[in-house]
Amino acid sequence: MHTGSAVIQLLVAGIGTGSIYALIALGFNVVFKSTGAMNFAQGEWVVMGGMTSALLFAATNNILLACLAAVLIIIVVGIVSERLVIWPLRRPNALLITLVSIGLAICTRSLVMLVLGKKPVGYPGFSSTATLEVAGITVQTQTLWIIGVTLVFLIAMHLFFERSIMGKALRAAAADRDAAAIVGVRVETTVMLSFAIAALAGALAGAIITPLTLSSYDQGAMFGFKGFSAAMLGGVGSLPGAIVGGLALGLLEAFGSFYISSDFKDAIAFAVLLLILFVRPSGFLGRADVVKV
Amino acid sequence: MTVLPMNTAVTARAARPWHLSDHARLLIVWFALLVIPFLAPNAYVVSLANMMFINIILIASLNLLMGYGGQISLGHAGFYGLGAYVSGVLGVKFGLSAWVGLPAAALITGLAALLIGIPVLRLRGLYLSMATLGWNAILVVLFNRLVDITGGPNGLLGVRPFSFGDFALDNDFRQFPLVWLVALLVMLAILNFLRSRIGRAVRAVATNELGADAVGIDSFRTKLLVFVLTAGMAGIAGSLYVHVNQFASPETFSVSSSILLVVMVAIGGSGSFWGPILGAAIYTAVPQVLLDYEDAELMLFGLAMLIVLIVSPTGLAGIPAALRRRFARRPA
Repeated sequence: MHTGSAVIQLLVAGIGTGSIYALIALGFNVVFKSTGAMNFAQGEWVVMGGMTSALLFAATNNILLACLAAVLIIIVVGIVSERLVIWPLRRPNALLITLVSIGLAICTRSLVMLVLGKKPVGYPGFSSTATLEVAGITVQTQTLWIIGVTLVFLIAMHLFFERSIMGKALRAAAADRDAAAIVGVRVETTVMLSFAIAALAGALAGAIITPLTLSSYDQGAMFGFKGFSAAMLGGVGSLPGAIVGGLALGLLEAFGSFYISSDFKDAIAFAVLLLILFVRPSGFLGRADVVKV
Repeated sequence: MTVLPMNTAVTARAARPWHLSDHARLLIVWFALLVIPFLAPNAYVVSLANMMFINIILIASLNLLMGYGGQISLGHAGFYGLGAYVSGVLGVKFGLSAWVGLPAAALITGLAALLIGIPVLRLRGLYLSMATLGWNAILVVLFNRLVDITGGPNGLLGVRPFSFGDFALDNDFRQFPLVWLVALLVMLAILNFLRSRIGRAVRAVATNELGADAVGIDSFRTKLLVFVLTAGMAGIAGSLYVHVNQFASPETFSVSSSILLVVMVAIGGSGSFWGPILGAAIYTAVPQVLLDYEDAELMLFGLAMLIVLIVSPTGLAGIPAALRRRFARRPA
């Protein structure tokens, strides 16, 4: 394998993992926008999406149907979670919601373990052939599916936030709760809606990554940290930021593990992340609402 | 940064006639705890008590940073681990005494906090959380992969206990007085710190950074000082841990542990001087109690946490005050 094709293969793999991080980061950002809190349950929804898809695939033998149904189920889980633990808070603030989301993450993880089991599960990719070879470059077809599905989802999200009345209401409430309420936005339901979107993005990430990596109940925290890092890297609360941050982190990991050391892959990714944050604290695309003192 | 609800236990002087100062209460509680080794049915209970004192240092220092300083660190277990490995490796690889390891651990963790704090604490918001999370994740990779120094995933073996000449503190009963004393000293230090000029500055910065700056407090230096100080305390806890257990392994110091420590501060009562003692007791005891439930352990733990936070956002230490308020409103 000469260097040119190695670089292209790493590029594709990096964009593949980066897409997953971008989806998780998007979930983080949506909840952050509506509550100001870090949502620690985000990674658990990824795992739940993957494992539910596997269970449904075993029952129906239809991958696309299984993934679709799983994503719908996790959206409901996201909505129910918000109603059960966030909504009852009498005086919600960002810190309290963050702490509560840690409890939610612990409960979600153990629920996944008790209901769906401890064993890693998986299913075949969306295409019948596993790999594709063009001009000496081998790529996994599932990686292409991941990139494609993510792209379609991000475009849909963009249209949702820019064109639909619901998306506009969400943005209005995130910008100024009181002003949004005055013009008739039901602010209380926007938090629930943001949890639904976050769960959707997480579950989708889980459903499309599982054929490559398998899913087990204890992976949620790592997915969450990576997604959080991607969100910080791109700029917290920004939709294009999630994409840029996710791709940057994915590529960093792919090239770092190939050229430096796969043992230190995570350390390299986090070290570069810290360096970038020191130099550009608001992330690549974040607005400069970070105040220097 | 969100302003945390503050418990006034440290500042307010209640008008009750039997009122004791916080110093006196602390000493009473600590001397009462001295009965543990005499009443404990077996060495196992004493070893749990020893762990509780170490956890008190950890959670009280995080509470100083989080509850009073308003900064959330997701890397406290990382500093704890750095202290443990610094002290342990100095003993195992360089043959230095644990008494050298303890101050070295505090010094090096404090220095590490200084290096992270200088760029990060100039910013407001989530940045300390993010940076400390990344720092903790990097440390765990290093603990695992620098096998020649740390022993890797199998852990650091052959750590020697604290000793006075030939008298080694090598069982739970002999270790008890040491961890008891160090935990007391740390709690006293925190209490005195909060009463000092700089302690008041810390709370002023957490409440309103701009306001604090306006009255002449250097908010950056204040945040940096409290961050370095609390990291150093975590380093002390780490050194105690490694020489008491004579072992350390990377998973004890994971990001998940850091998150659990934040949770324990919140459950005990963020910004309350007494909260961390409750938090540490729960952190030490609950896993033992829930062992019988095996798989349901996590679930019960998560549910309990949610209930405490939803019912009493000021944590367990906030419940008496809430009850007092409720009863005061009703005519007797």
